[in-house]
Amino acid sequence: MDLRARRFKANSEAALANPVLQANMKTAKGKFVDKRAISIREIDDFEGTREAAQALRNQVIENLDLWLEKFEETATARGATVLWAKDGAEICRHVVDIGRQHGVKKAVKSKSMLSEEAGLNLALEAAGIQPVETDLGEYILQINDNEPPSHIIAPVVHKSLDEVADLFHAVHKTPRKTEIPALTREAREVLRSHFLTAEMGISGGNFLVAETGSVALVTNEGNGRMVTTLPRVHVVITGIEKVIPTLEDLSTLMRLLPRSATGQSISNYVSVLTGTKAAGDLDGPEHLYFILVDNGRADVVGSEFQDMLRCIRCGACMNHCPVYQTIGGHAYGWVYPGPMGSVLTPLYTGIENAIDLPHAATLCNQCGVVCPVKIPLPELLRKLREKQVEKRLRPWSERVAFRLWAWVASCPTLYGIGTRFAVRYLKWLAGGKPSIPVLGAAPEWTKGRDFPAPEGRTFRELYARRRQP
Amino acid sequence: MSSRADILGRVRAKLNRNAANAAVGRAAIEATLAARVQGPRPAVDPQKSALAARLIEKSLAYSSTVDQVATAAEAPAAVARYMAGLKLPMKAVVWPKLAGLDWPTAGIAVEARGAMDSDLVGITGCFCAIAETGTLMLCGSPDSPATVSLLPETHIALVPASRIVAGMEEGFELARAELGRLPRAVNFVSGPSRTGDIEQTIVLGAHGPYRVHLILLTAE
Repeated sequence: MDLRARRFKANSEAALANPVLQANMKTAKGKFVDKRAISIREIDDFEGTREAAQALRNQVIENLDLWLEKFEETATARGATVLWAKDGAEICRHVVDIGRQHGVKKAVKSKSMLSEEAGLNLALEAAGIQPVETDLGEYILQINDNEPPSHIIAPVVHKSLDEVADLFHAVHKTPRKTEIPALTREAREVLRSHFLTAEMGISGGNFLVAETGSVALVTNEGNGRMVTTLPRVHVVITGIEKVIPTLEDLSTLMRLLPRSATGQSISNYVSVLTGTKAAGDLDGPEHLYFILVDNGRADVVGSEFQDMLRCIRCGACMNHCPVYQTIGGHAYGWVYPGPMGSVLTPLYTGIENAIDLPHAATLCNQCGVVCPVKIPLPELLRKLREKQVEKRLRPWSERVAFRLWAWVASCPTLYGIGTRFAVRYLKWLAGGKPSIPVLGAAPEWTKGRDFPAPEGRTFRELYARRRQP
Repeated sequence: MSSRADILGRVRAKLNRNAANAAVGRAAIEATLAARVQGPRPAVDPQKSALAARLIEKSLAYSSTVDQVATAAEAPAAVARYMAGLKLPMKAVVWPKLAGLDWPTAGIAVEARGAMDSDLVGITGCFCAIAETGTLMLCGSPDSPATVSLLPETHIALVPASRIVAGMEEGFELARAELGRLPRAVNFVSGPSRTGDIEQTIVLGAHGPYRVHLILLTAE
């Protein structure tokens, strides 16, 4: 997927000025938050479960090379082929090669964020293989000229019923439907024929179980089951960090993932898939491939950002983020939006390519509080900001301003004089009004809000006066 | 250099891997796989009747419907009642494992095979059922094909009470004990297929069944 994170400011301004998007975000707001809050009460020891999940994810990442070798061994023993991909281009090469080898003309896809990282659909089309997205949300985006998703769990959270109704009417050439069940039924019928005729199924993987060499897939629609049951070839595309040790660990994580994502006690379908079709089996793929993908992950191992590799892609951080709730997912400019995206995008695509993202946060720590694997997201965002300073990626004016500030702040007399001047100047600027509409020195600050006018005395002045008897 | 060597090489370098700590790490992995430590578990009453009650409660919460009969022999009549209630044609695809039940007497024409797109009703058993979340655990095999619980619009599952376990952990334990290794497809099914993609409005029957009906066999 093209990286558009450099245009974050322009994109978020456009999002704020888009009344349709703003209305849609308002409709969505709070739904996932409330459902999650209710569903986690079913877990007696939610905090203990989070800690167990954190520990088991850490355990793998701290020995990631060895766990990957273990998974490769168990998966291969069950007849799967394990391939490795350094980047998106290599994912595309692998999938196209597999498709050609097995004479594939059509591939049905269950949701895979890694295929978004790779821009896989365009590569398949170029190779003469028709990719069909089968998650309802992803399908809507695909028929809307390959629009990118705006949420990792609810890809069309930014769209209204009306927009979907118009799209289906235009693309399917059917009478316009206005009821959500009717639209869902229409998509079901269109996609059912694709499931039955595709030679290849492509899925992501929520977890790779080292004990058994299995992939665990979590879906509500059942498309994950279709894609991995009907076609004769199944390709799993996952990040190298997705390994977990045992089926017991999967059980623990399944208490957290659906609750954190959609507020469900469990997703409707959890499939644990191991190896190829066995002798006598009436369904299942004859060929199973795992593509284990780096695309920036290996370099995060052992770094100060390693905590991020625990992420299980539930989306709770974005659902609870005041910035995400306001601007939606597209403004973030790459595959992953919200707080997790603001950490992942710079790490995977280069810090210099996503300068604004670590700043697109209020550091309110809602994301850190709800993360099921306890990733300290605000801390990682702060570290990325530090990296930008270390690498001299901040604009010179900001660097000079902070130098000056640091010098003044470390010099009490100077600080006293400076602030006394500043509050009086700002009071004068306000001209008796309670706030200042435009601040000349920092116009960005007052773009969307007024600056409250000071009373004309500094804290130190007031404190000194009150101390006097 | 192959991508495998490149990726693993960089991970190894980041983790300061050497022969000595690799040996320690591998031993730790084998120990973890042998220990199979469980995480914290929500309290689930393990009494047989409590497990059944919880399975029913959670299944209903997941938009399934539930009926109860004593034995498998009574199941075909219960299936027929359910299908008649929905005015469905008395035809179904059934797991080969269940082909021996007396379906003709109940008036249902069954075919024991994998499901096809045209099948309206699929009848399955289950490997076990999980009380914690109201979930069916289905293990694929030649006589329990995965398509029967997936392609038809209506899925009917027979659940012997003796096969209700507390959590997913017990389900996996049972699979290890009885099957030795995991079958190709283990599917956990909790209610009908659904989507909330359009305006977070839940709609049943996205790609899988619109209806899931459990028939609990209380004496089995």
